[in-house]
Amino acid sequence: MMRCPRFKYRAPRSLDEASAILRDEGRDAMLLAGGTDLVPNMKRRQQTPRVVVSLRRIAELRARSPDGKGIRLGATLTLSDLVADPRVRSDHPALFRAAVQVATAHLRNRGTLGGNLCLDTRCNYYDQNYEWRKAIDFCMKKDGAICWVAPGSSRCWAASSTDSAPALMALGGEVTLVSSRGERSIPVGALFRDDGIEYLDRKPDEILTSVRIPAPLPGSHSTYWKLRRRGSFDFPVLSVAAWMRRGRHGTVEDARLVLGSVSSRPLQVPAASRLIGRVLDNDAIEEVAEEASRMAKPLDNTDFVLGWRKRAARHLIKGALRELRGDNPDSLGPLSRRAGELVPVG
Amino acid sequence: MAGMKVVGKPRRRVDARAKVTGQTRFADDIVLPRTLHCRFLRSPLPHARILRIDARRATASPGVRLVLTGQDLPVSYGILPVSQDEHALCLDRVRFVGDPVAAVVATDELTASEALDRIVVEYEPLRTVSDPDEALVTPEPRIHSYGEEGNVHKRVALEFGDVDAALAGADRVFEDLFFYEGSTHIAIEQHAALATLDPDGKLTLWSSTQTPHYVHRALARVLGIPAAHIRVIATPNGGGFGGKSDPFGHEIVVAKAALVLGRPVKICLTREEVFYCHRGRHPVLMRMRTGVRRDGTLLGLDLETLLDGGAYGSYGVASTFYTGALQTVTYKVPRYRFRGCRTFTNKPPCGPKRGHGTPQPRFAQEVQMDKIAEALGVDPAELRKRQLAESNSLTANYLRVGTIGLGECIDRVVEGSRWNDKHRKLPFGRGVGLACSSYLCGAGLAIYWNALPHSGVQLQLDRSGRVTAFCGATEIGQGSDDVLANLIAEVLGIDPFDIRLVTGDTDLGPVDLGSYSSRVTLMMGHAAIQAAERARDLIADALAEKIRVPTSRLTFADRRVFDVEEPSRGVSFAEAVQIAEAVHGTLGTTGSYRPPDSAAKYKGGGVGPSPAYSYTACVVQLEVDPDTGWIQVERIWIAHDIGRALNPVLARGQVEGSVYMALGEALMEEMTYRRLPPRLSGALVHKFPSLLEYKSPTTLEMPEVVTYLVEEPDGAGPFGAKEVGQGPLLPVMPAVANAVFDAVGVRIDEIPITPEKVLRALESSARGTGGRCGPARFPSIVWPEALRVAPPWEGGDGAASNEKPRRRRADAIIAPEVVKAGLSPHPSTPEAARPEHGPPGKMPEGPEVLK
Repeated sequence: MMRCPRFKYRAPRSLDEASAILRDEGRDAMLLAGGTDLVPNMKRRQQTPRVVVSLRRIAELRARSPDGKGIRLGATLTLSDLVADPRVRSDHPALFRAAVQVATAHLRNRGTLGGNLCLDTRCNYYDQNYEWRKAIDFCMKKDGAICWVAPGSSRCWAASSTDSAPALMALGGEVTLVSSRGERSIPVGALFRDDGIEYLDRKPDEILTSVRIPAPLPGSHSTYWKLRRRGSFDFPVLSVAAWMRRGRHGTVEDARLVLGSVSSRPLQVPAASRLIGRVLDNDAIEEVAEEASRMAKPLDNTDFVLGWRKRAARHLIKGALRELRGDNPDSLGPLSRRAGELVPVG
Repeated sequence: MAGMKVVGKPRRRVDARAKVTGQTRFADDIVLPRTLHCRFLRSPLPHARILRIDARRATASPGVRLVLTGQDLPVSYGILPVSQDEHALCLDRVRFVGDPVAAVVATDELTASEALDRIVVEYEPLRTVSDPDEALVTPEPRIHSYGEEGNVHKRVALEFGDVDAALAGADRVFEDLFFYEGSTHIAIEQHAALATLDPDGKLTLWSSTQTPHYVHRALARVLGIPAAHIRVIATPNGGGFGGKSDPFGHEIVVAKAALVLGRPVKICLTREEVFYCHRGRHPVLMRMRTGVRRDGTLLGLDLETLLDGGAYGSYGVASTFYTGALQTVTYKVPRYRFRGCRTFTNKPPCGPKRGHGTPQPRFAQEVQMDKIAEALGVDPAELRKRQLAESNSLTANYLRVGTIGLGECIDRVVEGSRWNDKHRKLPFGRGVGLACSSYLCGAGLAIYWNALPHSGVQLQLDRSGRVTAFCGATEIGQGSDDVLANLIAEVLGIDPFDIRLVTGDTDLGPVDLGSYSSRVTLMMGHAAIQAAERARDLIADALAEKIRVPTSRLTFADRRVFDVEEPSRGVSFAEAVQIAEAVHGTLGTTGSYRPPDSAAKYKGGGVGPSPAYSYTACVVQLEVDPDTGWIQVERIWIAHDIGRALNPVLARGQVEGSVYMALGEALMEEMTYRRLPPRLSGALVHKFPSLLEYKSPTTLEMPEVVTYLVEEPDGAGPFGAKEVGQGPLLPVMPAVANAVFDAVGVRIDEIPITPEKVLRALESSARGTGGRCGPARFPSIVWPEALRVAPPWEGGDGAASNEKPRRRRADAIIAPEVVKAGLSPHPSTPEAARPEHGPPGKMPEGPEVLK
């Protein structure tokens, strides 16, 4: 089997201790939460940290607490913890749907919220073992000089593949980052940069400690749809997170729409604001879906053929909005039922 | 069959307890003291000459015990005698990304892996060939110096009756092009092997292999030591599906390393390496022309196939023949022409995967039958039922068919699925499709020509009542151990769990050729029954005397032997064995089986004959999203003519497993490769050699499967049993394609049937340009003159009229290289050190190697 490269293992017991290690080790250190992303990446030599800093012994990172009217979730809560949390399920369905669709039950038992937010960007030219990457003379994300998806490009186009980020962005979530220099909180969307390599706006010495989600407002509802080949464990090829607050007569008072996996970061869709003040009729849905799907510029570095993914994007954006409108799942077709997990699989 | 106690009863399989409690010892579970670990350095280039290998830094690394290169194992091998084109480690040429170049043996895997990076290999890149189209127009550089010419490995052409005349006389001729993409086995257990030198100097290899006998032969050949001094033990395979039926370089390398170092050496391949071992489904382009009468009766069939073989021969010559051999077994085909061509390409070698060479043309014929039915306005089930092949007859290509339960299979799935209420009657977006198939129950010929049994079973019984069965057959998860116990228990009237099984071990059991071609139940089954009946007769003989009951009245059942007319007169089975041991001495019997001679006497007629053929019919119901082409399979009804289900639990498992594997091929699996922009790179790599990105369904993607076992016992099978391991895979892919047509009216003449292809076809349909997605052209191939064989009903005798009579080497009991290996001196003797027995020294043209 593939083996991890040699590394030094540290397991601090407090956030202060962890911050101090990061401060001293600099870029040679990487944080380990559930390990479901980092460990296989290390086996493939995509990441070869000299020091691995485990967060498993830091109890405060697993805290879950009410925060004002919202909820604060510790970064090393597992995805299974989130799935099992009745408040997440009832108040923030988009996050629940996102969490429950990450990988498999086994991986959700290990994988964490913070780890999923910080998930390495993905690309078919990059997510390969060392020998395979050597056969293409590597790529600029690791050990090479070129982006094979777009050889003329000066940047890396690896795709953001986190399920939780689009959901949290739609829900208006914030993340808190802590370092020995202090603490800061930023909107989830601000954590991401449009670059496949430097995809996080996180300093090497910062630890993502928690996520805060505001309390649900009256009339608000959210959802998360995920396109993937298999309902059992694939990364998203496209995801749609939608949040909406509607008034008594069905008029949209506020709306947020976020697309995942079609760029190096999750994309907030400005056109969502066009729904405000309107009822969710077919025209409104069609118009926003058309605008939004134009933002999705998938590249040939994930599963499925490009042209088809564009078509599917429009289909799923429409479906997610129709679901929020309350359409009968049976009317949405088999792909939507799957992507929206509207009918339990199996 | 009345009175059977074990056969036909649903039972827990004999190895179930170990499997579900995690106690089965797979190859990777075997741990020996002082084991060293081996890793391979593989080629990063798709095609190149090796100029120089400098392994000095690797050899000098702490923990490294040995570095091997191709020159340490210069003898070639290959599963087929006609394709001895592989080396355990590449000699002077690499032919695909992943071809092994060197091996490092070290104290642990990580140390071995790290040392790989310290081996410097200088290559001279060569032009690459990525598919058959390119192979046909790129004769140079040749990937191999043997074969037909250029990069064409093999061309075959056979004609049974005047097909052109049949097509000219037909009311309608249907011509279609089909493409079937390659796929791989993805057995969950990766290949692993462990070799050790026994205290007496003999070699033992444990390996996750389906064919220990063929591995045994390859080891003797390449290592140059007597076969009798090599023991190969096939560990229970965590799935094989054809992917572990070639001898592999890693098996030979760990054996060599154990010989050199005198310590156990182990290798466990990574998933990527398993993708590179491959030997999976050949991508096949097909042109099929069928002439029919107005009522749909088939008059003549003309099939051309073009196979992408990958970088080595493997089973490829057989695979090529198999793309044509079984087209005559399902429906009556009065005249038939088959022409096939296999090309070499710079990709991992293709070989046998469940259904070996037959799912591709089966897909073509079943989809075309659906088109014929549509065009002629005949119900697809009816069209098929009208012209099933005839039971107990010879086909146009001289295959001897026994029982055919296909008619009943069709009836069962038509009834179960309520086909008549659904076909062409469901709302747009939903559809049903039907397809049928047939498969062989064991290849009639061994892989190397010999006159020996294909399977042997030895029984040993002692006074405790213990029965031990020894057999070379290999448990790959299909249940061969259970079949063995089942049949012996039935004959001796004991419980299958009473029997101790020693299988898959070349030292302890008689040869069984291996778990491939759906041969084990039938061939091992006959050998087991023969051995058990001989034991029963010995016991009956002795007991008849003792209790004064004629042997004809003695019955073996419920762990007793007794008088059938007065059941209280009898003894326990253990007592009966004691009585027999007292009379006959130590008790042991043998049984063996060799298939009947084939009626096909033409060259190429060796592929296709089988003692019996199984049949399957399938109906798929699915939903297609017209907006995206997404397919959701809702339910599958499948009926399989198994002759007799020895253990219905096992049989159903095989049917459902086949459906599962078939759906993967039908909907998503693809062995696809990527070339980078040529001005920047010469890379030609597998797109995603990983279980995550090579998409294959999981249990969660499985629809409900309704299985019917149709039992029409075949005289050629043990208790009438036929195969079930491969046949049920075959009809699923075309049934999916036909159901897509029923749902949304478009034809996908290509596997896999992805949403993107459905969408393209829907768009083409909306534009009024056909509503089809599939290949557009078949390249021009210069075919050799076909061997002409008159079908039986046109006065033929099974021989080709334009072929010189061939003389079977009936005198050659076993292939010469085995005889030679058998005469080689033992490695511990002084003669072994003499160069004529070892590998020839330095290859004249070989690379410079520094170690």
